[in-house]
Amino acid sequence: MTETQPKETPRPTPQTQPFWDGAAAGRLDLPYCQACSQYFWYPRLACPQCGSRDVTWRTTSGTGSVWSYVTMHRAAPGFEADVPYVVALIELSEGPRLLSNVVGSADGSVSLGADVTVEFERRADMSIPVFRVTDSEPS
Amino acid sequence: MTTAQTVAIVGASESTDLGRIPGVSSLELHADSALNALADAGLTAADIDGIAAVGEWAVHVGHYLGILPRYVDGTDVGGASFMFHVRHASAAIRAGYADAVLVVHGQSGRSGIGETYSRTAPFSIRGQFERPFGVVNAAPMYALGLRRYMATYGLTPEQLASVPVAQRQWASRTTRALRREPLTVEDVLSSPYIAEPLHKPECCLVTDGGGAVVVMSYERASALGLDARAVCVLGTGEAVEAPTAAAMADPTSPATFRIAGGSAFAEAELTPADIDHVMIYDAFAHLPLYGLEELGFVPRGEAGQFIADGNTAPGGRLPLNTNGGGLSYTHTGRYGMFAILESVRQVRGEAEAQVPGVEISLAHGVGGQFTSSGTLILGRSEAAAKAGRDQ
Repeated sequence: MTETQPKETPRPTPQTQPFWDGAAAGRLDLPYCQACSQYFWYPRLACPQCGSRDVTWRTTSGTGSVWSYVTMHRAAPGFEADVPYVVALIELSEGPRLLSNVVGSADGSVSLGADVTVEFERRADMSIPVFRVTDSEPS
Repeated sequence: MTTAQTVAIVGASESTDLGRIPGVSSLELHADSALNALADAGLTAADIDGIAAVGEWAVHVGHYLGILPRYVDGTDVGGASFMFHVRHASAAIRAGYADAVLVVHGQSGRSGIGETYSRTAPFSIRGQFERPFGVVNAAPMYALGLRRYMATYGLTPEQLASVPVAQRQWASRTTRALRREPLTVEDVLSSPYIAEPLHKPECCLVTDGGGAVVVMSYERASALGLDARAVCVLGTGEAVEAPTAAAMADPTSPATFRIAGGSAFAEAELTPADIDHVMIYDAFAHLPLYGLEELGFVPRGEAGQFIADGNTAPGGRLPLNTNGGGLSYTHTGRYGMFAILESVRQVRGEAEAQVPGVEISLAHGVGGQFTSSGTLILGRSEAAAKAGRDQ
């Protein structure tokens, strides 16, 4: 037996706390620039597109599609039971791309462009947003 | 363009040993490499007034060697740091901030002797938005866009596998390469996946070692009688993008490659057609593909077939990663120095797997997870004269 470590847990900063608070409440909230009316990712003090500080948090649909992905055959600590697991870049319906896992694929394969929906995995005292394929036959 | 003073690499060497070096710490690998590079140039620490290092503080490396520098560079952009250091040193020398700069790499990447690891903080961007998803090393982040690239351009697993196969042919001609046994496409495809679609031979080695170069003006090198083996720095470029590959504008097409490469070609007043030999940092097998395409050697989407056709292997028209690369030669962690050193050897005509008649070589470094790119175009003094850059 090798010693097992838990999966890593993020530690919020004041700037990112609203994202993790939203996740804990079952919402995928993203930063939104009210000056240029665009979502962006990751959380920043000002909009990376236009520089405005008029930034708020908005709840997204929690849907998107698989932009690209990697199948991990070597486990990160805590992911031993998940191998092979999917690390994916999800293009959210609202535009930004978010790194996450696609869960529910036994062989670690998904289709590029597959539609996915967010769900939340409890870890320690945090909720981690992961995605699951919502259509069986991607368009 | 105004005539700038030509700068040259006058000393270049790797650490005494390479591979698994359990008895030597990171700091000592720096020192060993630095002493070897000074000896290669016939210089001593007393001749050096500038220092650049990244794995250890430049302060520590300089003092260890008895150097009291008036120019210091600790820029840390991962494995491409040394391309940045040579670029900055060139500018510093032209500005009169230093006469002779020592750029040093050392890393106990395999044995971990005396390594001060900087663990990714759990509150950092990567700590919050990358590591909780089972991403704790570079492979998945470098490979994040690869499946999309394969789908977009039709790159096949066989073509991707031809990258380590071609480089192994170079490594088999290189005594110091860690992996020299023959490798076939079938061998690669039947190897276990690390981060699918990357098989194990498509991921870099993990080793101990180091290397260093000494940079000074060509004029000074000539005055010291070091011009015979001097390798001129014809063009340089650097660029950084995002703290995580997930935040790149396009993970299938790194902007930093184009910016750094473009700067280097513009400064050198050269085009890809002028390059005789290429080193592209190959932490993973698809990086040379991206490099060949983004630097302008082949059209986008065609690098896989270009390599599969043997163009970069021994006897091919564009020799690439002729030491075997990070996949077969060595990979300490910040491999960029080894790419520079192989370019220097090829231009000097001193490489073990020497390509005939290399006048101009390009060394392209990558760092972080497509976070940074640095490009150096290096050439003989004759080439520098041809480009109108000599005194």
